[in-house]
Amino acid sequence: MSKYSSQEMVLNMGPHHPSTHGVLRFILQTDGEMMVKATPDVGFLHRGIEKIAERLPWQSFLPYTDRIDYVASVNCNLGYALAVERLAGIAVPEKAEYLRVIAAELSRIGSHFIGFGALLLDLGAVTPFVHALRERETFNDLMEMLCGARLTHNYIRIGGVSQDLPGGFREKCLAFVDHLEREFIGEFNTLISRNTILINRLANVGVISAETAEEYTLTGPNLRGSGVRFDLRKDEPYSVYDRFDFEVPVGTGRYGTLGDSYDRYFVRIDEVVQSCRIIRQALGQMRVGGEIRTKVPKPFTVPAGEIYVRTESPRGELGFYLISDGGRNPFRVKVRTGSFSAMTIIELISQGVMVADLVAIIGSFDIVAPEVDR
Amino acid sequence: MDRAELITLLSSRLGSALLSTEEMKNDDSMLVVDRKQLVSAVGTLKNDPALGFSTLMNHLGVDYQDRLAVIYNLYSPLHRNKITIKVYLDRDKPEVPSLERAFHGISWYERETYDLLGIRFTGHSNLKRLLLPEDWEGHPLRKDYVYPASYHGIETGRPDLLDDTAAPGGADV
Amino acid sequence: MLERFNIVNRFSGDADLVLTTVDEAVNLARANSLWYLLMGLACCSIELMQTGGPRADIDRFGSLFRATPRQSDLMIVAGTVTLKMAPRLRRLYEQMAEPRYVIAMGSCANCGGPFDLSYSVLRGVDKIIPVDVYLPGCPPRPEALTEALLKVQEKIKKERYFLKKEA
Repeated sequence: MSKYSSQEMVLNMGPHHPSTHGVLRFILQTDGEMMVKATPDVGFLHRGIEKIAERLPWQSFLPYTDRIDYVASVNCNLGYALAVERLAGIAVPEKAEYLRVIAAELSRIGSHFIGFGALLLDLGAVTPFVHALRERETFNDLMEMLCGARLTHNYIRIGGVSQDLPGGFREKCLAFVDHLEREFIGEFNTLISRNTILINRLANVGVISAETAEEYTLTGPNLRGSGVRFDLRKDEPYSVYDRFDFEVPVGTGRYGTLGDSYDRYFVRIDEVVQSCRIIRQALGQMRVGGEIRTKVPKPFTVPAGEIYVRTESPRGELGFYLISDGGRNPFRVKVRTGSFSAMTIIELISQGVMVADLVAIIGSFDIVAPEVDR
Repeated sequence: MDRAELITLLSSRLGSALLSTEEMKNDDSMLVVDRKQLVSAVGTLKNDPALGFSTLMNHLGVDYQDRLAVIYNLYSPLHRNKITIKVYLDRDKPEVPSLERAFHGISWYERETYDLLGIRFTGHSNLKRLLLPEDWEGHPLRKDYVYPASYHGIETGRPDLLDDTAAPGGADV
Repeated sequence: MLERFNIVNRFSGDADLVLTTVDEAVNLARANSLWYLLMGLACCSIELMQTGGPRADIDRFGSLFRATPRQSDLMIVAGTVTLKMAPRLRRLYEQMAEPRYVIAMGSCANCGGPFDLSYSVLRGVDKIIPVDVYLPGCPPRPEALTEALLKVQEKIKKERYFLKKEA
């Protein structure tokens, strides 16, 4: 066998590419098909949200939190509202807490559909993506009944939520959740999750051990895919999450090594089932009448101080560090997102994989560009 | 352990590196640490088994008008404690040692702080701009930042149909 | 029963000729096969995906998504354009073959939208490329995007290449 002398190539992937993660650019150094290094180049969606926060009053910043992670916007609203309420010492009525949990878990389901749907589209499986979009349409209908918007919901307010459950929502939501847990997830798993081609493409690809995951501050399903059972809803419960009975799925290495891309993908499917359980319990425990919003003083100011509050968003830990100087506008808002940490580890694990595997690895982290760039 | 005990333990372990402590909301404690002893203090916090702050939750930089600061949020999975470390920096020459060797995941956070605030991290492996283009001038999160009027020939302002003086950046709310 | 769908048999038995101008025939073909470039930058890209999805399907209008500008005639700019992305957007527009059309979808592409207060956002995509249809909304519903596509089709059907009117 003659030895081929090969030179390294530098290829450019992005920022415009057919994947659905948004505008991300990778500069690939490859030796033929094998990667030597992949350097991410981010910032194509840097909109300066943290600087905008310093120019707007506290409550006016809520619609911008939708745009931090637009597939799971209620979770981002919830994180910011919680941080402001804890800093200002505002108590939220119990009914509003239940409504927040229902909307946040519905949003988590909708986000995971886009998450694993986009991964499957990147790998070339178009039909499961369309199945996921079809179910997400029902989620869009539910959120439209609840707050009037399909995508960037802006449902949560400082001190509560903006609307109560409309008539017919409870039945439709329970029907949706039943359909997901009992029919759709089983059918989806039969269609794609146990498919040999998918297993060959995802198993043993991009293996991250638990120690590496913790060193690089990975959070959320990316960390749980490596076997670390840490979920902020159970370990640092906020809102009324301590009243529900649900499990935290972790990766088990069922078809490959523990911590590979298949584990990270399957953790998200299991989380959809757990969210269905939480929604059913919340709808059962919630009372019909009650206040949905605490009155806050006008003009709304927050006493001077600093606080860091983190919540569990579908992509990991969403943390808000707020600094207030007692005025009408925040002094500094820092948004810490899960996708940002996931981008930092790509440079490390991209050594020695093939270019096609790199696409699978990026998809398995469920990265959205505005979380990285803000 | 409760916060008062934690603060006493920290004062005894960190010694002169700790300039002041304060209780924060959300079960948190703020420690102001001396810039020159930051690396050794963080090493103690991470490796001491009674403290065990091995997870970095968050890192950011702030522009308090008279001086700058960097803030680190640490978490101990073993003891379920959290602390916030703040280091004050000079406004004219803001420099702080990089914590990349202690926490590998902080690399991009420090690049972002350099990009948006101009704080230099000595010892960082790749201190370049992260979010803004390479040829951007200025550091936007500083309080005295002026928005640019054009970038590569593209005018950034948009003429307001109701107003003759077009200010880039929109009107202040 | 199948005769209903066969356009030739719509006319009476001995009339199997259709008379029209070349312009109209060519425009009909062009308008009903607009392939669009997936320029999904931010939140509006999710609504763009849903518009191509199962419920509000724009494939029934003949529109298909393409990932490369060389194969598309319509660019739907969906999302915020930052100053870092602007030169790349211009380069992609220049790679499209003429005749080409642009829909500016959403507030951010129209005029900067809610990010007008930011330092790094291009306030409106019409600063760098010419826009045919402006579609407001944050994000616009799939029905609104379908309406914008129909407006571009209307625009195409009015064009005249072969029979120029006397000035």
